[in-house]
Amino acid sequence: MSGLLIEGLTVSYGRRRIVEGLDLPPLMPGEITVLAGPNAAGKSTLLKGIAGLLPTRGRVMFGDRDLAALSAGDRARTLGFMPQTLPSGAALSVLESVIAARSASGEGAGADRAAMAVLERLGIGPLALDPLDRLSGGQRQMVGLAQALVRDPALLLLDEPTSALDMARQVRLLTEVRRVAAEGRVVLAVLHDLALAAQWADRIAVLHKGRLHSFGTPAEVVTPAMLAEVYGVEARVERCSRGRLMVLIDGETV
Amino acid sequence: MQTESLHRYHALNRRRVLLVAGMLAVALLAVVADLMTGPAGLPLAETLGALTGWGEVARSAEVIVWQVRLPVAIMALLVGAALALAGAEMQTVLENPLAEPFTLGVSASAALGAATAIVLGLSLPGLPPVWSVSANAFLFALGALALLQLMGRLRGGGPEVLILCGIALNFTAGAFLSLLQFVASADALQQLVFWTMGSLAAASWPGVTVLAVVLAVTAPFSLKAAWQLTALRLGEEQARSFGVDVARLRRWSLLRVSLLAASAVSMVGVIGFVGLAGPHIARMLLGEDHRFFLPGSLLTGAVVMSLASLVSKTVVPGVLLPVGLVTSLIGLPIFFSLILRGRGR
Repeated sequence: MSGLLIEGLTVSYGRRRIVEGLDLPPLMPGEITVLAGPNAAGKSTLLKGIAGLLPTRGRVMFGDRDLAALSAGDRARTLGFMPQTLPSGAALSVLESVIAARSASGEGAGADRAAMAVLERLGIGPLALDPLDRLSGGQRQMVGLAQALVRDPALLLLDEPTSALDMARQVRLLTEVRRVAAEGRVVLAVLHDLALAAQWADRIAVLHKGRLHSFGTPAEVVTPAMLAEVYGVEARVERCSRGRLMVLIDGETV
Repeated sequence: MQTESLHRYHALNRRRVLLVAGMLAVALLAVVADLMTGPAGLPLAETLGALTGWGEVARSAEVIVWQVRLPVAIMALLVGAALALAGAEMQTVLENPLAEPFTLGVSASAALGAATAIVLGLSLPGLPPVWSVSANAFLFALGALALLQLMGRLRGGGPEVLILCGIALNFTAGAFLSLLQFVASADALQQLVFWTMGSLAAASWPGVTVLAVVLAVTAPFSLKAAWQLTALRLGEEQARSFGVDVARLRRWSLLRVSLLAASAVSMVGVIGFVGLAGPHIARMLLGEDHRFFLPGSLLTGAVVMSLASLVSKTVVPGVLLPVGLVTSLIGLPIFFSLILRGRGR
């Protein structure tokens, strides 16, 4: 078993338990799993718990390794985490920031080449020497993905990777994520847009109030009943002429 | 395209290495200029002769250079280097461009420590009286930073907590200092006021040695953490996801900062703004890849302090101004421009 397995996971933020006793079926290499759910459902918290950025209880196994028991350096070599936003104010270039993302855990050799290769791959090679602070929100998001990918991790955790991207860049980023997954990586991404999720995800896990509400293929999970129960909206789920799922919101449920 | 960007990146780094080497050269030149100035002006040839032992040099010139001016000049260099390196690390680990030993109460605490020796005559048992002021200042400065770390840890160790505690500490130490000034005799008061203005006049070889050793011990560890510190500039969460143990990094970094700041301030008194100006100038010249930023800050601090020492001797002929006043007067405009620039962004 080389996937990601989550059993009885509790993640706290300060003293509050945001995610409680969560079990997820194994997430397999090559697959993209989308974490969906309304605001404050615990999606980002769960992602940060898996990434080791918040205290957790329970089991997070990746293959035969307990992620929580790994040293900071080993964890960084195993997983890449892409945050919602990158903080501003650093006097660093794009390339320097991606090199730092690899060198900080001690993998100095060849970091500059690896970083440049990742930037090229994501189509932001021309930005390499631009100051981080002068990038647009969308460009910063691509740099965040580059920082997560540069250590070549087997597990990729993405927190709303497309929130600041225009439509073309959403496609570009998700195509890249699809390719990265196809190379045998486990990908877990928080996405708000259910249509986007339905199009790109192999599986969707819906979180509601810190617990798993449903898990399965997009067609199994994205249903009017789930939308009413979790999001509180009256909605239709229909297929377009190409067979893709569309979510049409009619209004709030009363 | 890929190789071109990498070439340009490497070329940029080579330029930065040259720039750091240039700063070192400027620092050495500043020391020589510092050595040449004083009540008895010494020409360049004689200064260099006395330094190197080449050629015929008057005995008096040798004494002036080696016993009077060289300890002062080297002390200026080391104090500037220590405070600026401390400031650079502090700004990174506290994620605040205005953090430095002076703004976070280290200097005020050192002054309070000095006051306990000058006004109350308290001294560590067994210590020669000449050292009591420095020793108390050192202990108080170190204690201030330890207290800061402790308070930070109690509240979860976030940088905001540390900064607010530092500011509170600054005012607390200032209040106690005023109290001691109030009860001090006229003589002690004068001595204390001079101490708080920062002065290189009392620099001695043993003091220079102590500071040099502290710098030589801490600086390599700072440089070793360069990549981790660079990663921290991208945010604490990001740094942690890159594999940096941020709590540990912050703890060790603040220990280095404590040693550097406490020993520098205890030797020469309160020196403001070098810890702020040094890193700020280095950041503009070199960026924040800490492999260049840290040595750049250290050298910028050294240059600024050497020049301040020079200015303190020359600006009013025949009068030696307290060097802390000079650095504050140079530093204030930089401080304000920093705040205003931050606003504009």
